[in-house]
Amino acid sequence: MTNEEHPLKKVCIICAKGAIEDVYAALVMGNGAVMEGIETKLFFTFFGLDAITTKTMNSLHTGTVGNPAMRMPGGLPFPTLLGLIPGVEAGVSAMMRNQMEKLDIPPVKEFLEMIDAGGGEIYACKLAMDMFKLEKKDLWEGVKDVLTVGQFYEKCGGLQTQIIFT
Amino acid sequence: MAQKIIAGVTVDVTEEGYFTNPAQWTKELAMQIGIEENIQLSDKHFEILYFIRERFVKGEALTIRSIGNSGIIDIKGFYGLFPGAPMKKAAKIAGIPKPASCV
Repeated sequence: MTNEEHPLKKVCIICAKGAIEDVYAALVMGNGAVMEGIETKLFFTFFGLDAITTKTMNSLHTGTVGNPAMRMPGGLPFPTLLGLIPGVEAGVSAMMRNQMEKLDIPPVKEFLEMIDAGGGEIYACKLAMDMFKLEKKDLWEGVKDVLTVGQFYEKCGGLQTQIIFT
Repeated sequence: MAQKIIAGVTVDVTEEGYFTNPAQWTKELAMQIGIEENIQLSDKHFEILYFIRERFVKGEALTIRSIGNSGIIDIKGFYGLFPGAPMKKAAKIAGIPKPASCV
């Protein structure tokens, strides 16, 4: 069993969190798969729904509290207490988005459009939609469907398929 | 380093067939590599190939987004012209090294 004999054919990516880094992990993995010619399906659930909700998708935040890996721009540790000050989280999040833009990583909506343009499919979780009182009309127009877990699994069959939970 | 004879010309390539010396590239070679990749190159293909080569020479990162913003083609069209793995295929046909960008 080598990579050459059994290349990845399909990836199904589940995004359940709505922080910038969680959403972008899913988007980069998803877009990367599309770019490789791998069939790609992205399933957004729980707070991950923020990434495909029109109102929230382009203003995601990163948490500035309780993240031990958070650093100041110079590399010094970022004190959790500082993260509590109003506006700091918004500032840090804007800084992150700015850094990504420099690397040609697009805003969420444009990123989803890129995935869609390459044939990747975007789905929303029905249960989480019900929980957050969201309707299909609240979602970005490129969302293909609202699915139950069972319906999503039905789409995840086949040899050389991987399910990735970010 | 491997070598490959394409259309009667010997070129330096990697094991995967990417040019290691982009200066060896010609339009004729591109046509031949295109055939190997099952792509009949049109003028539109070449517009993209020249754009990609120009970016490479300038040392600019090659991303799907940069192709979409090139004014030559949108991203959907790019996937249509180089089906499967468009960035890799386009780089191979354009005679530049394998793309190193994650986006």
